[in-house]
Amino acid sequence: MKSLLIGEYREGRLLDTTYELIGFAGQLGAESAMLLVGSDSQLPAFNGTIYLADAGVCGEYNPDLHKQLILEVVGKLNPDCIVFMHTSYGWDLAPRVAAALKCAQISEIVAITDNGFEVGCCNAKMRRTVRSATGRTVLTIQAGAFPVAGREGTPCVEQLTTAVTSTLEFVGYEPAEAKDVDLAKADVIVTAGRGVGKKENVPVIQALAKALGGELGASRPVVDAGWVDHSHQVGTTGQTVSPKLYIACGVSGAIQHLAGMKKSDFIVAINKDKDAPIGEVADLLVVADVMQFVPALTAKLQ
Amino acid sequence: MKLLVCIKQVPDMESRFKPNGSGTWFDEADLAWRMNEYDEYAVEEAVRLREQLGESAELTVLSIGPDRVVEAIKKALAMGADRAVHIQDPAVADKDPWQIASIIVAHAREQQYDLIFTGMQSQDRGSAQVGVLVAEQLGLSCATTLVGFSYENGIVTAKRELEGGIKGVARLRLPALVTCQLGLNVPRYPTLPNIMKAKKKEIAALPVDGLLAEPAVAVTTSFHPPAKKGGGVVLEGEVGVLVDKVIGILKEKTAILR
Ligand SMILES: Cc1cc2nc3c(=O)[nH]c(=O)nc-3n(C[C@H](O)[C@H](O)[C@H](O)COP(=O)(O)OP(=O)(O)OC[C@H]3O[C@@H](n4cnc5c(N)ncnc54)[C@H](O)[C@@H]3O)c2cc1C
Ligand SMILES: Nc1ncnc2c1ncn2[C@@H]1O[C@H](COP(=O)(O)O)[C@@H](O)[C@H]1O
Repeated sequence: MKSLLIGEYREGRLLDTTYELIGFAGQLGAESAMLLVGSDSQLPAFNGTIYLADAGVCGEYNPDLHKQLILEVVGKLNPDCIVFMHTSYGWDLAPRVAAALKCAQISEIVAITDNGFEVGCCNAKMRRTVRSATGRTVLTIQAGAFPVAGREGTPCVEQLTTAVTSTLEFVGYEPAEAKDVDLAKADVIVTAGRGVGKKENVPVIQALAKALGGELGASRPVVDAGWVDHSHQVGTTGQTVSPKLYIACGVSGAIQHLAGMKKSDFIVAINKDKDAPIGEVADLLVVADVMQFVPALTAKLQ
Repeated sequence: MKLLVCIKQVPDMESRFKPNGSGTWFDEADLAWRMNEYDEYAVEEAVRLREQLGESAELTVLSIGPDRVVEAIKKALAMGADRAVHIQDPAVADKDPWQIASIIVAHAREQQYDLIFTGMQSQDRGSAQVGVLVAEQLGLSCATTLVGFSYENGIVTAKRELEGGIKGVARLRLPALVTCQLGLNVPRYPTLPNIMKAKKKEIAALPVDGLLAEPAVAVTTSFHPPAKKGGGVVLEGEVGVLVDKVIGILKEKTAILR
């Protein structure tokens, strides 16, 4: 079993997730090589060959160029699988490579089993086991699902160059919105999810946060709908928090939300759905209607 | 200018999912269906562009699936799409993303769309593949995970969402395909007059048989709930009792309440 791991750089920096790829390859028992569009001043510790294209020449991510580089290395190496993180880079690039190689792609793998790869489905409530029917397979793995490899080894570097014409032109980055609420400092966070129903109900959640001396958090749909300001959003595209107490009100527990709060000391979830995936991280799951339970809890605390 | 938006109908994610007879997907009995959330953003963005371009543009909505998907198609028509293509496939759930993309490609190759909108992923399968596979097979310029979109003089400016709230801005020349992320816009609710108007719009029904030549490349062998990690306490019952129990547990387990 031979794998080609596709690591990622952004603005000259090697992203840490690269070590998750190495961890995954270790679990798979695969012999692996890596491809990076980066710089030799920032190489990961890795025992194997790194095919390196200079980001100083290639520029920031261009899908046509990165696809071409991968296809060149696939031609040399003939790997059984090509592995990406399931991130904005991986889910953008992986299907392009799968299409070019006319092979299966299995997305957002959370575990390796005897019968194939486990992936989440139905908003993380369920799982599927998926097997590839083609000789070669493109894989993307869920961030945080596999152990981070130890930082050891010295790679053997092979330089790559390529040129492509692309119909896509990278213009630049826009920084994240400034956050005027620093949730990371709060001991208690009470989060409003879409299950609170409507904007008019948000003060009920806020009142519980206040009664506990904490801050209001929000899931993404609540922010997208304009019920709560973005500075309160918890998750991969919001803030990462680990308070002493996190109370999730009407939050289903999508992976992107969990990534922002699962390290909290004690997690309470209030959800009318007993099977909601938030139950996987909750220390206490209260099966109830938020709008009945939360006001009653707040009243009792005051 | 010819615009296409691809939509999938998915079950309400608050449903209880049980494996079907073959144990490879969910049983469809007693499920409520709706338009994939990501696709609502795609439809809204496509309708906005259709309005910006006026009569020179035509927006087609496409969905592959059994007869029930016509409900989702009607919603897209009521939001402002001009016409629809329903690719009839009762066995859509057994197709892998490669096959779904190939079906869309077979239709789109003939139609020569200038710009295609899809969702970033479907809520039930969540593969995040179909849009990009369509673009690659048709040789279209493609950007994924859009939280910003604008179009002028043959050029799309796409704002892609990256990790940590950073955005990457790119320009694409037509023909192109974009995949839409949550929060790209605020999808409109169809108004009653528009729902009435939509009833007169064309929904062309095409059997899938003529459009699919590709075998599946990925095989699902099992559909099941996640293994219970355990440890957590689950409380059910009357609200007053629950409140007392929760306060008791918080006093015992956290330093927040005393
Ligand atoms: C690239 C990417 C990045 C993302 N980043 C983030 C992020 O940073 N943060 C984030 O939160 N999401 C993020 N998301 C979105 C994420 O995938 C989910 O869509 C989102 O977290 C769901 O929010 P929710 O749980 O509030 O809503 P839903 O998933 O709709 O869940 C609502 C929950 O409320 C329950 N409920 C409904 N009514 C009641 C009631 N009356 N009483 C009690 N419970 C009730 C339901 O059972 C359900 O479990 C991202 C998605 C992508 C693709
Ligand atoms: N059955 C379908 N009919 C039409 N479009 C679809 C279908 N399945 C997926 N799509 C489109 O492809 C996108 C990504 O789906 P997926 O690759 O399954 O995550 C969806 O958001 C839709 O825009």
